[in-house]
Amino acid sequence: MSQYVPLLVALPLIAAFAMPLVGMLGKTIRNSLAIIAMAGTVTAALLLVYEVLVNGTIIYAFGAFDPSLAIPFDSGGVPIRILFVIDAMSAFMVLTAAIMMFAVVLYSLSSESEQTGQDGYYALLFLMMVGIFGMVTTGDLFNFFVFLEINSLAGAALAAYRINKGLSVEGGLKYAFISTIAGLFFLFAIGMLYGQYNSLNIAYIASVIDLTGLSLVALVLMITSLAMKAGSVPMHFWTPDTYSSAPSSITAILIVSSMASLYAIFRVAFSLYGVTMNVVTIGWIIIILGILSMFIGVSMALPQKDVKRLMAYHSVSQIGYMLVGLGVGVAVLGDTQMMNEFGLVAMEGGIFHIINYALYKGLLFLIAGAVIYRCGTRNLNELGGLGHSMKWTMGFFIIAALAIAGIPPFNGFASKILIYESVFIFNPYISVIAMVVSIMTLASFVKVFHSMFMGPKLPQYAEVKEVPLPMLIGMGLLAALIILFGLFPDLVVNLLIEPAALAFIDQSGYISSVMGGI
Amino acid sequence: MLTQLPYLAVVLIAGIGIATILLKKNLIKMIMGLGVLTGSANLFLVTLGYRDGGIAPIYTSAPEGVMVLSTVQAMTVTNIVIGFATTALLLAFAIMLYRKYGSVETGDIRRLRE
Repeated sequence: MSQYVPLLVALPLIAAFAMPLVGMLGKTIRNSLAIIAMAGTVTAALLLVYEVLVNGTIIYAFGAFDPSLAIPFDSGGVPIRILFVIDAMSAFMVLTAAIMMFAVVLYSLSSESEQTGQDGYYALLFLMMVGIFGMVTTGDLFNFFVFLEINSLAGAALAAYRINKGLSVEGGLKYAFISTIAGLFFLFAIGMLYGQYNSLNIAYIASVIDLTGLSLVALVLMITSLAMKAGSVPMHFWTPDTYSSAPSSITAILIVSSMASLYAIFRVAFSLYGVTMNVVTIGWIIIILGILSMFIGVSMALPQKDVKRLMAYHSVSQIGYMLVGLGVGVAVLGDTQMMNEFGLVAMEGGIFHIINYALYKGLLFLIAGAVIYRCGTRNLNELGGLGHSMKWTMGFFIIAALAIAGIPPFNGFASKILIYESVFIFNPYISVIAMVVSIMTLASFVKVFHSMFMGPKLPQYAEVKEVPLPMLIGMGLLAALIILFGLFPDLVVNLLIEPAALAFIDQSGYISSVMGGI
Repeated sequence: MLTQLPYLAVVLIAGIGIATILLKKNLIKMIMGLGVLTGSANLFLVTLGYRDGGIAPIYTSAPEGVMVLSTVQAMTVTNIVIGFATTALLLAFAIMLYRKYGSVETGDIRRLRE
């Protein structure tokens, strides 16, 4: 039993609802509360991750002293309480979310400092963190749905928070519509599973599931709805609108929430269904979704003029890499020989890409925010010559752009090479497409770099200077991690990624961690 | 056949809801469609939880019979609250858009695409 698990949800939740009250006392006190709550949550998250890596899967049963009480002795072996199950994969997602939260809160302290309505902003930001942490740690399907909705509502409200002549509201409205419909489909699927197996617990359902027609419908509904939330093709149309119209710090958090949905797709595929479903078909469906996302995303990104819209299309394309890497893992699930040969490496690549993507994409959006903060425009044709005045921002941009294009020694390369190598054995064509997409990504970021930072100093930006220190610290943290992960990929893979991939493959381990000897 | 009737209703209502969202151009009507879809999800859950002859698990002076775990009913109540919050948020967005654009037709709300 770990005391850090409830803190992960309780701390940001209390902070969120305290924020409007504390906001009445003054700006400094409210900002200090935001920093304290953020630091507390991140500390709890880090301690929890450490504990999971040392001791293995942690079960937290709500309303019980002892995790063995998760299944009451007179319930006939059915878990009734709501459980949080934190295995290595969940721990990995918690770590990703915690890092991004740290950077975003620091960044927001400056970037939002001259805006109105900051009390509500921080309240929603912390609510969103509650949703994300809940989604990646819960072991209960309905509980997952509730956290999904908390995350969606807070995310939509934040995306629309700066009304911006109605533009942001437009993006927020799309996000709210898509996530609500996705959530309702997910709820239908939960109902179908509950009707058959009389339980909501993922591990319990996994232990009794068989592939009836209804379970198959539920699987399709779950994967569709979560892919919709994650923003993969063909349900990607909301991403450019919402990502480009939301404030930059919020876009960075929206990316983490799309990662949480992606995590849930594979939690459903690996831990809930496992080998009971037709893994080859489902795996190929996910791989094809991934290839389409990669290719359509990057080709839509090339002609964009709005810097944030361009980056948003790139996030569709990057999600494709994770879908391909983990999809290959799904396709060879149950086949030990192929899994050992390349499946595990492909999954490690996909999982490693999750944290790498969150880091460099978050950084890119924060940089776009920094440029918009100083220059007031996001049109690439109007920007130029910023390299003279925003040297740090330019440096961070180079790091992030090279990382997203997969150039060594940055972290994007580390995870992409894992995907290329292993997917090549599975099917060489997929690997070739992935490399071509990577080159197109580089081309598009060279264009952005050139039109934002290069060239002579423009007269209308003569007054522009470097962004304030907290914004630089937030961005610098992400940049440092990008370089660190790129220089020592072995360390990260051995310490975090491999246990996470193994946790996904080991379905019986997941079940027995909850159900015990039963 | 009669016991299957509620499921048929669920499919019908969900179909009406999805069709409204997809076909209508008016934002308010789309939000109404979403409300209808939420309603069908609630009906689905409640129907699933019904057990013939079961009694509610209230132990004080309970009559003889099989008690039914009321998980589904709890889920339905939760979903009603979530649906309420979503509708309120979406309607607030619609108000904002009407103030800025002077219309709630989706054809007029496309400034992001330009």
